[in-house]
Amino acid sequence: MNLSNINLISFGFFEKYFLEQLAEAVEREFTCTLKIKDGHIDLSEYYDPARRQYNGNKLLMHIDSLGTPPTDKSLGLFSVDLFIPILTFIFGQAYLGGRSGIASLYRFSNIHYGMPEDKQLILDRFKKEVTHELGHTFGLIHCHSLSCVMRSSTYVEDIDQKSQLLCSACRTALGME
Amino acid sequence: MARKISILIVDDEESVRDSLYSWFIEDGYRVECAENARKALTIFESDHFDIVLADIKMPGMDGLEMLRRIKACKSDSIVIVMTAFATVDTAVKALKDGAFDYITKPFDPDDLTHLIRNATKQISLSDENEALKTKVITLENVEDLIGNSQAMKNVLSEVESVAQTNASVIITGESGTGKELVARAIHANSQRKFFPFVSVHCGALTESLLESELFGHEKGAFTGAMYNRKGRFEMADSGSIFLDEIATISNKMQVELLRVLESKTFIRVGGNKEIFSDFRVICATNKDLKSMVEKGDFREDLFYRLNVMNIHIPPLRERKSDIPLLVDYFIKKHCHSMNKPPVAIDPTALKRMQDFNFPGNIRELENMIERAIVVGDGKKISLKDLPLEKTIISNSAESLDDFEQAFILQILTKYAWNISRTARALKVDRVTLYNKIKKYDLKPTDQQ
Repeated sequence: MNLSNINLISFGFFEKYFLEQLAEAVEREFTCTLKIKDGHIDLSEYYDPARRQYNGNKLLMHIDSLGTPPTDKSLGLFSVDLFIPILTFIFGQAYLGGRSGIASLYRFSNIHYGMPEDKQLILDRFKKEVTHELGHTFGLIHCHSLSCVMRSSTYVEDIDQKSQLLCSACRTALGME
Repeated sequence: MARKISILIVDDEESVRDSLYSWFIEDGYRVECAENARKALTIFESDHFDIVLADIKMPGMDGLEMLRRIKACKSDSIVIVMTAFATVDTAVKALKDGAFDYITKPFDPDDLTHLIRNATKQISLSDENEALKTKVITLENVEDLIGNSQAMKNVLSEVESVAQTNASVIITGESGTGKELVARAIHANSQRKFFPFVSVHCGALTESLLESELFGHEKGAFTGAMYNRKGRFEMADSGSIFLDEIATISNKMQVELLRVLESKTFIRVGGNKEIFSDFRVICATNKDLKSMVEKGDFREDLFYRLNVMNIHIPPLRERKSDIPLLVDYFIKKHCHSMNKPPVAIDPTALKRMQDFNFPGNIRELENMIERAIVVGDGKKISLKDLPLEKTIISNSAESLDDFEQAFILQILTKYAWNISRTARALKVDRVTLYNKIKKYDLKPTDQQ
């Protein structure tokens, strides 16, 4: 693995402590230099009134158009409900082996599942999702290891089952072991 | 290791194709996309895909028509149809046409994951099934048909060419030569291999029992017939029926058999409903059926109906070079079944076995080895463990001439057809021995 930077670009309000914790986890996992940036876009352009959600494909294309150098990775952080035309929702997505990805914490809040709010749980879930999408940008596909962060997750309980870490096989694939 | 599953996505919407492509690629599948049904069919013809995920509503050829064409060309393909306009009618239509499942756009990610997981499970089962079938075929092919002699190679080559046809076969050969094994090998190499191989020993049954055995019976057909019973012909449907000792069946049964072979239909004993069964007949006999036909003991029409193909299995004395292989095979087989470590065989004992005529053929050889393993010291089979002396003369000898012929042949074999040594051993002069050889038309077997 040979890169200079990972950029986490936040769109919308994220607490400073939250972003710092997130950055620390990602930095530790990919052993890289990490920058947190503020992003500015009019999200209403990406809103689909029929679905009452935000178009993940268009947002990903926007992140990709920001001119990230080929050796760097940029990941947009959102707090809105994302969809792509074929799926009812997504937690995030990325270009496999590309330089861009997106992730949203919208569906990580327990409030959406009729349970009391748990900020630490949201942070843990988001760390895993961000690491997962960045893993895709490094060319990693879904992993079958139960605890690997690259395991496919289609609902939040799936995310809770896995760890925040890449398994040994995925680390080896990235040349980190 | 499981192979990589391939998926073909067919949808006229680019965003759908791209999204699904990314989704499946991230899951490690091999993925290709087509924007319409025609292009998909072209790709499908030139490449193998395990799963086709196709939209129903597409300009030009729709997904349902494409589904029908894919199923017509490769019936075991897994096709999942998707549509934004879900109606029960289209779903039912797609499923009736052979779709694996149906999904409505947009999908819940979890539903899509489950759907693909179910499809891949089916593919794995199907792959496993194929692998097991191949394994079974391989096992059937090698089972018990041992021999490297030219005579045995000829038999195996005949089995191979006969197996692929549907023709009736008569297997001839002395008792104990392995006629049933050859019949099983024919079945195992035929297109009927995944259907039953039903064996009937005609010689062991009386006429009425054989009739009931072959055709089955209805409840109350005779005293003791308390339930309906399927006959062997019915059980052999789509497979093969092996009629051993066919020469022993009565004239009445010969007529019945001829009728069944011609029409493939029969009526159970005590029944009135005609039953059809698609079976292949393989017969065996140790008698000379042709001379029985000449004598009027076997129906000529039935003989010609059965004798479409003929395979003759040579007696063991005519392929003595196979004895070491057979001995080795039976030692391993019986030591394994008795849970003993494999034993060796003394070279002298093996040599004596090769000199022996084995009137009971391979069955006798096998029994001899089995007995030797039981009575032997558990390490090596020696001459004393083999009952060769007691049966030194063929037990098929029925006259003094037979006895003399077998005895002279045995001594000739013992001395490797050295006339002087054989004459000395028999205490006759060489001229007398030559006259006896000429009289009985004795010839060295393939060992000499």
